[in-house]
Amino acid sequence: MATAQKYADLKVGDKMPDLKLPPISRHQLALYCGGSGDHNPIHVDIDFAKKFGFKDVFAHGMLSMAFLGRHLTNWVPQSQVRKLGTRFTSITWVGDVITVSGKVTGKREEGGQKLVDLEVRCTNQNGQDTLQGNATVALS
Amino acid sequence: MALLDKKHIGHKFNAFTTTVEAGKIRLFCKAIGEENPIYLDEAAAKAAGYRTIVAPPTFATAVTNDDPEKGGLLRLLGVDIGLILHGEQHYEYHAPIYVGDKLTCQQKVVDIYDKKGGALWFVVSDTEVKDQSGKPVVTARGITVVRNPDAGKN
Repeated sequence: MATAQKYADLKVGDKMPDLKLPPISRHQLALYCGGSGDHNPIHVDIDFAKKFGFKDVFAHGMLSMAFLGRHLTNWVPQSQVRKLGTRFTSITWVGDVITVSGKVTGKREEGGQKLVDLEVRCTNQNGQDTLQGNATVALS
Repeated sequence: MALLDKKHIGHKFNAFTTTVEAGKIRLFCKAIGEENPIYLDEAAAKAAGYRTIVAPPTFATAVTNDDPEKGGLLRLLGVDIGLILHGEQHYEYHAPIYVGDKLTCQQKVVDIYDKKGGALWFVVSDTEVKDQSGKPVVTARGITVVRNPDAGKN
């Protein structure tokens, strides 16, 4: 559950606790195909993936973005999330072990809200970033 | 010849309306490993201050993917689904998405450009998601990358 982060207590550079995920499985990709409505066969059908030059199926970028979302809502309540965005910087393969991390990059007051900007990322077992994202949350 | 035609910039897709179902959120949560009961159980959601079960932040993708004319962007561009990658995704949240909401999605193409001498093409599209009262709940921006299968060939 999200703990109560206070605007006044946070400073630029503060780290969010890491979220460590189990290895990506084919089963998870099948569930995400149905759950997200992204039915692109490249994520679940190895024959299709090979036809388009890939060695295997690979994870939906949006599955990893959902991990960014989990990381964020572990840290602040869902209702305080204002923005979440990411670049997908490398492919996540079956078996990859993803860790989500994040840190505070800015604090500002805007439109009567106390906003905290965060840098969030997914990194694989080789230390390579797969997602490089940003988020903004409103705190009291 | 360019892989994609920039004349599609500004194209508006048909809007569609979809109802947020508890079972869909539950499956989405199972897929992403999310176990927080505010996404699964009405009483827990209410106890946490929500009107009813709320959707996780990136459930917005399941909403916009519920288009009955699914794949419209690829059909417009004439691109095979095996050639696309997701470049970027951005969400701005105006209000929570709740079970029972009837959400209307309107997508439009806002930019098309290429990099690496036409080897990669980028299509930027924005989707406005509004609830049953017409209030904006999410603004989504996606960047789809299209690999040019003929790049590097003479």
